[in-house]
Amino acid sequence: MSAPSTGLAQTAQIGKSVVIKGELSGSEDLYLDGQVEGSITLKGNSLTVGPNGQVKASVEAKGIVVQGKLEGNIQASDRVDLRKSAVVTGDITTQRISIEEGAFLKGKIDVHRTDGK
Amino acid sequence: METAVPAPGVPKLTRRSSGLGELTRTWDAAENFCVLDLGSTSPANIRHFTGRGHKIYSEDLLTASTDPAMFTPDESGALVLDSRKFLADNLVYPAAHFDVILCWNLPDYLDESLVKPVVGRLWSVLKPGGMLLAFFHTRDAGPDAPCYRFHVIGADTLEMTRIVLRPEARRGPASTGRSPVADGFQLQRVFNNRHIENLFRDFASIKFFLARDNVREVLVVR
Repeated sequence: MSAPSTGLAQTAQIGKSVVIKGELSGSEDLYLDGQVEGSITLKGNSLTVGPNGQVKASVEAKGIVVQGKLEGNIQASDRVDLRKSAVVTGDITTQRISIEEGAFLKGKIDVHRTDGK
Repeated sequence: METAVPAPGVPKLTRRSSGLGELTRTWDAAENFCVLDLGSTSPANIRHFTGRGHKIYSEDLLTASTDPAMFTPDESGALVLDSRKFLADNLVYPAAHFDVILCWNLPDYLDESLVKPVVGRLWSVLKPGGMLLAFFHTRDAGPDAPCYRFHVIGADTLEMTRIVLRPEARRGPASTGRSPVADGFQLQRVFNNRHIENLFRDFASIKFFLARDNVREVLVVR
């Protein structure tokens, strides 16, 4: 993973021509506009699936933003944002969720709230 | 994956729902309900139920029924919807999983071949004692009654947005014999009370609410 040149400081980036199969884990934020099949674990950090992103993986992160396609279960310790272009098939477990009009979801949403939030 | 979306530039309407009012009293008094919302993804419904600590499942069966992969050739070679294939890909949940199913106006707009198999599957995934809410047009609504998506915005109040298919989903498979959907889903039939009772005959009880907008609301209990 390489740091992007502009805009997304401290964020690793996977471009739209990149295809990854396997386990993906890290301790920095990740912007993913390519294809990933397997699993993604970014505990304590955020994942953004860009508009060209195509993910077939279980995803675990602090925050998850989806603009592209994601097939798999999502587990976020903080929040999930589904933008209007998002197409998600899978179950979502999170503390907070935001869904734009036009987003597609086939699956369960389970919102857990912790005390003090 | 194609999706149904609210028609652009069309004002949102609201309606009161006696069936919803009765359901609200149930889920407001319960914890950790499991709700199945059959329609395009509704941020309002997700907010409504998750805000009360319930789990919500979202599944858009109308749009799924336009998937070309769901069609198979019949004896004459014409492509028809295959209900077994449809149910292998949709409504795949454990038995007796849901406390509430929000069916909305699905039976009125769903292809004839899918209505009974889908209601049968809904019965099996609903818990004994669980409730299902469905809306049926009366004949007075007319054949061009628009298809709405319903969003829960109050204890007995729904917001309605007319839904259309995105252009890529309107075509359907070639030579299916189905007329292309010009700008949305078309009313497939009008059920009378006897038809509705037959449709839900495996359920334990059925209650009708006649609304002012040529819609019968039906609340059934498994």
